[in-house]
Amino acid sequence: MIFYEYEARKIVELAGIPVTKYGFCQTADEARKVAEEIGGPTVIKSQVLTGGRMKAGGVQFADTPDEAAKHAEDILKLEINGHMPVGVLVDPKAEVKQEYYASVVWDGTAKKPLMLFSDMGGIDIEQVAEEHPDHVGRGHISNLLPVGDYEAKQVIAATGVTGSQLNRATPILAKLARLFRDNDMILAEINPLAELTDGSFVALDAHMEMEEEAVGRQKQLLRQELGIAEEDTRDNYVPSEFEKNVKAIDAADHRGVIQGKDHGFDGNLGLVIGAGGGSLTLTDAVRNQGGKPANYSEIGGNPSVAKACGLAKEVLKKDGVEKIAVMMSIVSNTRVDIVARGVIKACLELGKDPADTIAIFRIPGAWEDEGNKILDYYGVEYCDRTVSLWDAAGRAVAKIQGAAA
Amino acid sequence: MENHGGPIDGSIVTVPPGFTKDAVIEAIANGIKLLVIVTERIPRGDVAGMVEFADLHDARIIGPNCLGLIVPEVCKMGGIGGPAKDAAKSYKPGVVGVMSRSGGMTTEISSSLTAAGLGVSTAVSIGGDAIIGSTYAELMPYFEADEQTQAIVIYTEPGGRMEAQLAEWKQENNSRLPIVAFMAGKFMDDDEMQGMSFGHAGTIVEGKEDSAKEKIVRLEAADIKVVERIDEIPEAVKERIAK
Amino acid sequence: MSGSRSETMDAVFIDIELDEPAKSDPELAKKLEEVCTVGIFKASDAGTEIVQGQLDECVLCYLCVDACPAGAMRIIKKYEN
Ligand code: SF4
Repeated sequence: MIFYEYEARKIVELAGIPVTKYGFCQTADEARKVAEEIGGPTVIKSQVLTGGRMKAGGVQFADTPDEAAKHAEDILKLEINGHMPVGVLVDPKAEVKQEYYASVVWDGTAKKPLMLFSDMGGIDIEQVAEEHPDHVGRGHISNLLPVGDYEAKQVIAATGVTGSQLNRATPILAKLARLFRDNDMILAEINPLAELTDGSFVALDAHMEMEEEAVGRQKQLLRQELGIAEEDTRDNYVPSEFEKNVKAIDAADHRGVIQGKDHGFDGNLGLVIGAGGGSLTLTDAVRNQGGKPANYSEIGGNPSVAKACGLAKEVLKKDGVEKIAVMMSIVSNTRVDIVARGVIKACLELGKDPADTIAIFRIPGAWEDEGNKILDYYGVEYCDRTVSLWDAAGRAVAKIQGAAA
Repeated sequence: MENHGGPIDGSIVTVPPGFTKDAVIEAIANGIKLLVIVTERIPRGDVAGMVEFADLHDARIIGPNCLGLIVPEVCKMGGIGGPAKDAAKSYKPGVVGVMSRSGGMTTEISSSLTAAGLGVSTAVSIGGDAIIGSTYAELMPYFEADEQTQAIVIYTEPGGRMEAQLAEWKQENNSRLPIVAFMAGKFMDDDEMQGMSFGHAGTIVEGKEDSAKEKIVRLEAADIKVVERIDEIPEAVKERIAK
Repeated sequence: MSGSRSETMDAVFIDIELDEPAKSDPELAKKLEEVCTVGIFKASDAGTEIVQGQLDECVLCYLCVDACPAGAMRIIKKYEN
């Protein structure tokens, strides 16, 4: 789950890291009020979940509260990369002496979180790492033991930072590492971390991302502290009609599991795949043999006939779909006869001939004999586990190409 | 404990994600050395914590989000291959070690090796998550030490750096074992399939995430044969063993 | 909900026949309603009603046949002709 800047700042603040006094506003009037309270030059920043804010004009500077209100009004109407802002952040314009960078990310190979620090903040860290590797300090932290300040200190010192700067930055990086772990983050970044002219350190901008799997146990932070509603998942993926319908069919009945995706697919061959990890392999196999998949759908568990039928129907109703291939992997324990009933019924209900519409049925599963009988009766071509996933896919492709010729 | 024929030395963990870490630590603290975690959707921090604890106690974790492992006709931990009766059909003792990020495909591939008369020495469903207890490279020394094993087959998917790690291991260790790899999900390289990209900070840690194509290049550079079709695996293994 | 409501068909694959007098036995009806996990039987004072729209969900467990007097009920697989 990704956070807006104003939320990320709040998270940082809750962890005891200093931030400037900022205000989140949803109207120009609110922005004026916050700017008055701040009582000096301000920055007005669009709150959107996308990069490139600065370039798009989503960050503006103001000298007076009126100016702040004017900018807020404009920014609130400004769409950035297809995203409308949820508000603006009004922040005092900081007197910055130097900008630093601090973050914690996962290192999958080491299986540990990694602290990163640079004395060249404000810019893209990827670029710094490439051009000035000696200006990026790195250090893993334990997943079990408490994070010691000294560990953070080593990382910072590696970039050549010393003296009071080192002493002031150390607790900030250590706290960032602790909050990363405590809050199940997959990214916790402060950029820039600013040293102000008075020598104090503040987080001027922050990016946070929480692992989806952990959202359920971070309710205290999400709901209480940040006030994020349960249904606000920040998932900016817009499901297609097909994906929505399949999801609704799946939710309506607890038996079995069906899944349907068609993002990026627009072919003529619908796929219903027996879950068990075969979907990636089969999709490749169809494409590499010249076929054009229309979707990517799985069926597993012990679905009802209605569920299997519902899925097959959604696949067949997609624009451009001519045939459907049903392919189960060897480990599938789903009842073949039930799936066969569902898919055949889908054909019949849509006024199509199952023998012609079902390109191939690769059968492994439970109740195979009963499945064979049904498929035989309707004249549907099927094969067993001795036919590889590649060949099953190839037969489906040949069928659809033969039909087109 | 006394009701068991011998000492307990393995544990299969299937408890819900919220309780997995505690269950695993309990098992390890009580001397269990091999754990198979079947549970999925465990937050990374928990997985990494369990792995760190296991390392401190010389224990090994397989998974999470996996189906376990099988030594045909000797033992089976986890749901791999389905009920024992079905698993026996797909898995016959033989010379190939199998490691797979997909539980189901472990069996699909093993079944084809069995049908081709090669059989399987040990097959491990290693799990599909971002952080897992045992990666390909981390399991290689066990296969290397196993006399029965003459070749390795891996099934891999887009995402992560595990293949790169295996390629490095192979180059550094002068392994006696030929490796054949099958890469699924090549279609995900396509532009229209690109979904979310990862944050900048993440990419500087592990290098840019390999696309399927890049992974294949990397594997082949380490003399790991990458087959195009899943049904080419048995032949490729035979060729490599004969070499 | 799915905005895609189209034609649906009743039983395509399965038919069930239940002879009288078993069909009118309210006690048996209750029992049938209980044993069938896919809701094919509906019990009332008048006996058993066979829900046409559910027939294709039959998982062929034969618990219903076992519950009936011998020979009173038959499950017909229409695809076996
Ligand atoms: S066989 Fe089982 S599922 Fe079918 S009608 Fe009888 S009780 Fe219901």
